[in-house]
This record gives sequence, C-alpha cells and structure tokens, in this order.
Amino acid sequence: MNMNMTIIGQIISFIIFVYLCMKYVWPPLTAALAERQKKIAEGLDAADKANRDLEAAQQSVEAELQKSKAQAAELIEQANKRANQIVDEAKTAAHTEGDRIKAAAAAEVEQEVNRAKEALRAQVAALAVAGAEKILGASVDVNNHQELVDKLAAEL
Amino acid sequence: MASNSAEYIKHHLTNLTYGNHPVNGWSFAESSEQAAEMGFMAINVDSMAWSIGLGAFFIWFFAKVAKTATTGVPGGAQNFIEMIVEFVDDNVKSVFHHKNAIIAPMALTIFVWVFLMNLMDLIPVDWIPALATASGIHFMKIVPSTDLNVTLGMSIAVFVLIIFYSIQQKGIMGFLAELSLQPLGKWALPFNLFLELVGLIAKPISLALRLFGNMYAGEMIFILIALLPFWAQWMLSVPWALFHILIITLQAFIFMVLTIVYLAMAHDHH
Repeated sequence: MNMNMTIIGQIISFIIFVYLCMKYVWPPLTAALAERQKKIAEGLDAADKANRDLEAAQQSVEAELQKSKAQAAELIEQANKRANQIVDEAKTAAHTEGDRIKAAAAAEVEQEVNRAKEALRAQVAALAVAGAEKILGASVDVNNHQELVDKLAAEL
Repeated sequence: MASNSAEYIKHHLTNLTYGNHPVNGWSFAESSEQAAEMGFMAINVDSMAWSIGLGAFFIWFFAKVAKTATTGVPGGAQNFIEMIVEFVDDNVKSVFHHKNAIIAPMALTIFVWVFLMNLMDLIPVDWIPALATASGIHFMKIVPSTDLNVTLGMSIAVFVLIIFYSIQQKGIMGFLAELSLQPLGKWALPFNLFLELVGLIAKPISLALRLFGNMYAGEMIFILIALLPFWAQWMLSVPWALFHILIITLQAFIFMVLTIVYLAMAHDHH
C-alpha cells in the first residue's frame, strides 16, 4: 500500500464532482421536488375548497328548496282564499241581484195595481153616473154634477 | 499452490502505478516493490480512472435526469434519483441545521460516488483484471475505495472543509479557544489542546480508514473465495456478495452521515 499522488488526484476530482453536483444536479432536482410538493399541496387545497363549495351549494339548494316550498304553500293558500272570496262575492252579488229583481217585480206589481185602480176609478165614475141616471130617470148632466162625481171617485 | 496463491492475492491487491522510478524513470511499475520505490511521485492509474469514471457517470446520469425532471408524475429514472436525493436531503436536514449550499450536494456526491466505487466490489474479482491482462495491462484494481489514497483524499477534502467552516463560523480565535479551553478550562490548556487536536485529526483518519478497511477486507474475502475450486465458490461467494450489498451501502451512508455530522459540528458554537 503506497501513498502517492493519487491522494491529490482524488482530492481534485472530489472537488470537481462536488462542484458539478452543486451546479447541475442538486438545484434542478430539489426545485422539481419542491415544485411538485407545492403542486400537490395546491391540489389538496383545491379539493378541500371544492368540497367546501359543494357543501355550501348543497346547503343553499336545500335553503332554496325550503323557500320555494314555503312560497308554493303560500300561493296555494292565497289561491284558496281568493277562490273563497270569489265564491262569497258571487253569492253576495247573486243575493243582491235577486233582491233587486224581487224589488223591481214588486214595484211593477204595485204600478199595475195602481193603474188598475185608476182604470177602475174612471169606470166607477161612469158607472155611478149611469146608475144615478137610471135611478133618477133623467139624465144627469155630468157637467153639473162634476164635483159630486169626482168626490165619489176619490172616495173609491 | 501456496506461493501461487500468495502471488495471486498480491497481484489482485496491487494497483497499476505510473510514476518516477529511480532506475526506470517515468514508467508503469512492474511490481508493488517498484511502485513503493517510486515514492510519492506516482499515481495509481487504475484507482483514478475508475473513480473518475464512476464520478463522471454519476454526474452525467443525475444531470441528465435533473435536466428533464418534470414536476408532474416522475418516470422510472427520475423516481429512483428523487428517492436518493430525498433520502440524502432528509439526512442532511435532520443533522445539519445551518444554511450552507455546499453540504447537501456534497453529501449526495459522497453517497452516490462512494456507493458506486464500492459497487465495483461485486463484479467478480477476476473478470476485469483478466480482461486487462489480456489487453496487456498487468495490474488492474477496479475498486477505488480499496485504495487508501482514494478514501484519504476524500476525507482530507472533508477535513479542509471542517477547518475552513470552523474558522469561518467562529473566527480564528474562536476556533483556537474551542481547541484549547475545553473540556477542562483554561488551567489545563496543553492537555485540552492535545485532546482536541487528536480528536480533530482522528476525524479524517477514521473516515478514510473505516471505508478503506471495510472495502479492503471485503475485497480480500472475495479474492480468497476465488482461490477455492470453481464448483465450490458459489457456496461462499453468493452469501458474501449478498451480505456485501449491505456493507457497501452502509459504508457509503456512514461516510456521508459522518461528513455531515463533522461539518455540522464545525458550524455549531459551543
């Protein structure tokens, strides 16, 4: 075993290889490793965020659904109320119309009665004059007894 | 057979050394004795070639994958490399709590490079030396981490960084104070200094010797197994190779973790 210049040669090559490793091997590899680590961390973060988003979306969907259900229920109730109202209104209107028609009919009947009374009155006057003529045997001057006849008709 | 075996072992444990021989001048050593005679002015060509080749392979392969690294779903190669990078990064982060751009890439380099150098141990011991001999190269040791020069070279580089960061973080006086004023206070200064210096120097030495020793012993056992008759070798070589997978990974890991720990200690203020 001889110690010789090999020792110096080895020192020189060692220094050169360490230098080359520092320059061409270590930095790109560690950079790639760090980069990948970052990427994975980001990916995991993104997955987490997506999960949270999904949960939030599900919650909002649930809330929205609840809201629309409530709205639908309210609408139905309103519609029911409105329908009842319409029916009530129709009933009232029908009643009113009925009453009006009845009142009109009654008024017409009254009018008819009055008209008949007028006609009868006129005829009664004529009949009374005729009856009186017959009884008296003479003609009664209508003009002379106009006042009397009118009184009689008015009493009828 | 005995002398044959000794020669075989010796052959497998000799580096291909090129250097300045006192007699032959600049040439390849033809024996370990000649390599020893060359002294310091020599270089283990096989260790350097394999270690640089493996280091270059590591940088090429990792840089290629790093360049096309996607932040999306990673492919096979990228997945594999990211696994290693994350493993190293986790280790660095759990031990080293200061800001330093060098530590993590250096830990990765050490781990993968040392692992690849150790991995050469699992290639059957005779294959590549036989190929080398066939092509006219007499010695060929393919496991760089069984060469003390290689492990010591790396640990010395780490040692220099330990000293550098100690001084950078604590100042020269702070570093000296740390070396001389503990564990026993200022009245035992020489004793403290001796203790701390031994501790300091033990760091690179133990780092280098641990890796070297483990790999050298492992290689030696493979060589010894290779001396058995060919039909009996698998009974030992297979279990040992399987066990050795654990050792080579563990040694690479230990070298990396201790480097991180030592440099973290250099950054820590006491």
